[in-house]
Amino acid sequence: MKQATETQGDGTVALNFRRSRNVKERLIGVLLFLCAATSTLVTVGVVAVLLGETIGFFSQVSIVEFLTGTRWEPMFQEKHFGVLPLLAGSFMVAAGAAVIALPVGLLTAIFLSEYAAPSLRKTLKPMLEILAGIPTVVYGYFALTFVTPLIRTVFPETDVFNALSASIVVGIMIIPTVSSLSEDALRAVPNVLREGAYGLGATKLEVSTRIVVPAALSGIVASFILAISRAIGETMAVTIAAGNLPNMTLNPLESIQTMTAYIVQASLGDTPRGTIVYQTLFAVAMTLFLITLVMNIVSQWILSRFREEYE
Amino acid sequence: MSRDERLFAGASNPRARRRRRMGVVFAGLCIAATMVGVVSLAVLLVDVALDGVPRLSWGFLTAFASRNPEQAGIKAAVVGSVWILGLTALISFPISVAAAIYLEEYAARSWVTRVIQTNIANLAGIPSIVYGILGLALFVRFFGFDRSVLSGALTLSLLVMPVIIMVAQEAIKAVPSTLREAAYGLGATRWQVVRTQVLPMAMPGILTGTILALSRAVGETAPLIMVGAVGFIAFTPSGPLDRFTVLPLQIFNWVSRPQDEFRLLAAAGIVVLLALLLTMNAVAIILRNRYQTRI
Repeated sequence: MKQATETQGDGTVALNFRRSRNVKERLIGVLLFLCAATSTLVTVGVVAVLLGETIGFFSQVSIVEFLTGTRWEPMFQEKHFGVLPLLAGSFMVAAGAAVIALPVGLLTAIFLSEYAAPSLRKTLKPMLEILAGIPTVVYGYFALTFVTPLIRTVFPETDVFNALSASIVVGIMIIPTVSSLSEDALRAVPNVLREGAYGLGATKLEVSTRIVVPAALSGIVASFILAISRAIGETMAVTIAAGNLPNMTLNPLESIQTMTAYIVQASLGDTPRGTIVYQTLFAVAMTLFLITLVMNIVSQWILSRFREEYE
Repeated sequence: MSRDERLFAGASNPRARRRRRMGVVFAGLCIAATMVGVVSLAVLLVDVALDGVPRLSWGFLTAFASRNPEQAGIKAAVVGSVWILGLTALISFPISVAAAIYLEEYAARSWVTRVIQTNIANLAGIPSIVYGILGLALFVRFFGFDRSVLSGALTLSLLVMPVIIMVAQEAIKAVPSTLREAAYGLGATRWQVVRTQVLPMAMPGILTGTILALSRAVGETAPLIMVGAVGFIAFTPSGPLDRFTVLPLQIFNWVSRPQDEFRLLAAAGIVVLLALLLTMNAVAIILRNRYQTRI
């Protein structure tokens, strides 16, 4: 501004100043845009990296064998590349976690949103946030040294590494995902709906389960899907607690291996670039990436498509 | 519940009584469910503390990892975690805040903006181990940074950036538009409005969110395994291209050994890690409370 007043009367200088100011503004705008665009580059990078090595993998192993084979033995003399045992492992852990986290998370959300007094809510919410903030390697330690011995006192034949204890801790881990997103959805339901139901003589239970939950259903389902997708992508707790044995089984007391645990196991060993084992890392990661991506997109789609708009 | 009791106080018909009883049962169920989370947290913390606290000592904090559990310590891991934390903050914070400013203050409502926004939401949902694979292929192999602090920090930066961008956007959105309009009315340019009005107002919120996101990065293990940080390192990094280890990795290394002595070391490491995270969270909460009232 100071410069502008000094050059009053000399039109060309004022114009120059305004132009230089414009140039600077433009430059900053472009710079900021580039920063925002980096995030897109990351996605492109993920897809390019995964795709590149996965194509190399499928030039040596048929897609049909990968998707339908029931033996995952890439490091043996006679190699087998059927991803089903790893998929089964991931889904078993995720299913077990869901059995725990979905009902517990939803009921917690109902309690926090409909029943708890504001002061109680204020102390309970940070506790659940802490639960979400504890590193996954700590959950792994907890599963191995506390949950597994507990399971083994009930079922002595349980393996030291087993799917059940991983399921339990992953379930605990994703409770906050369900409860906090569901609670947001429940609290977004306008009070007039509740008051209307009370006015017709409904009890609190009836208002909660027949008015508020149905009205918030899209948000609740979205939180369920997001939590399951997190359970499938969970790595450290399952690596530590569930073991490293690709195993097509439905028995949660046995040792299994998930997709994520395989990636960790393979990259801890010596995997030189260009070998088939190195490429399996990317093929498995691609499978994991696609599964979680589809789940996240479905969850967002449900949120936007089925949201009940009030007012 | 008292509402229902009042409602059915005089009710003598069995149907009303049953509805009331169902309500009480359901309320109990909700409380029990909430307690599952709280009790799990308590049990986990107590279990770790009982195992780990007795093993804590000054020697544990200042010694390097060792094959002999009596002499093993976490010096390399603590220093490595601080390095990773600092570098990750340095890389991710400016880029994320700039991206958030662009999306909130500059971007037109075009398909490009929509694509970027959707993409950020999706990035936040990618499992952390996939970021590790990206880091391995991109930073370790392609750019040739090798298994260095820099590779680790860059990988974790990619991981936390979507989170920081989203919290920064929320903080910027919360700045009242009257401030912006007043500044524009005085002839300020867009960047001047951002620099003198929006950013100072939004900064506490941005910082709080950033610290919370970074505390997630400090606890991350999987992506750093991919990038090749290892558990057995008997030196501290002196530059960004040195090899390193971090606390969660050292813990993982110790947990994976069958001997009980190493498990106790892991528990002691966890106590240190949780203390670090607690400190970061406390700072974030203090920042939030301190500035929340001023707006």
